[in-house]
Amino acid sequence: MPATVDQEKALIARILAGDSNVFHELIRPYERMVYLAILAMLRNEQEAEDAAQEVMINAFRHLKSFRGDAKFSTWLVTIAMNEARQRLRKGKAAVLESLDEDKEDREGDFTPAVLTDWREIPSEALEKKEMRQKLREAVEQLPPIYREVLVLRDLEELNQEETASALGINVTLVKVRLHRARMMLQKLLVPYMKSVAPARKGFFGRMFQ
Amino acid sequence: MKLECKHVWKHISEYLDKQLDAQLLMDIEKHLENCEVCSAILDSTRNILVLTADNRTFELPVGYSERLHQRLAKAIQGEHSGDKPA
Repeated sequence: MPATVDQEKALIARILAGDSNVFHELIRPYERMVYLAILAMLRNEQEAEDAAQEVMINAFRHLKSFRGDAKFSTWLVTIAMNEARQRLRKGKAAVLESLDEDKEDREGDFTPAVLTDWREIPSEALEKKEMRQKLREAVEQLPPIYREVLVLRDLEELNQEETASALGINVTLVKVRLHRARMMLQKLLVPYMKSVAPARKGFFGRMFQ
Repeated sequence: MKLECKHVWKHISEYLDKQLDAQLLMDIEKHLENCEVCSAILDSTRNILVLTADNRTFELPVGYSERLHQRLAKAIQGEHSGDKPA
């Protein structure tokens, strides 16, 4: 469980006063969040681990610049997303994927996939290990500007304001991109969900065949 | 107001985040009662999000935490020795 804001402030004060080893305790609740946010962006476990370590070291070195007006977790995830973006730009990934937003205004097809037999799928399909694998792959397929919003909102469960602040974009853009990201994900996963679902010969099955 | 499916799709995300104003929410719920297609889209999207937040979907590598704290300890130590005059 993350510490309360007051507990965290006290930890930070001790670290800044010279008790550096307390930093281990401060970041423990956020180890997972930092790694997964970066992994989703970089899509490479080894690089994500290295980047996560760098983020924590940078956070330690720049702790003085943390102002209490944001949550420590938001501040940390901001550093993590910056590190991930920087590595994406530098790396090979940049050739294939662009973080540029020039395509933003283009009307994309962000409509969901229509499925008619979903109601018989959920519990069994969702419990399958392969389903999780497919979901990871689908998240990785999203363009970075959508992936980063989805990761912070739906994986890390940050709120809209925290997400906007961590990514340096406004809340409206967070909402737009999140909606598109979710629709893309739905579209990518529905064919798989259907394939693991038992065939249905009911009313809707007939109606849409 | 009677809504078309496409109109409902535009608001799925806000619906799931409970951000719709009362009137639109009512219209959409009315639509959902009679539209299996939109209900299925909504359910599938909701389930995907549940799975995304599920701790088992995205996992930490074995030994990640130990390696992180080891490297951190080194960095912290280095920082301190750096303070000392050579």
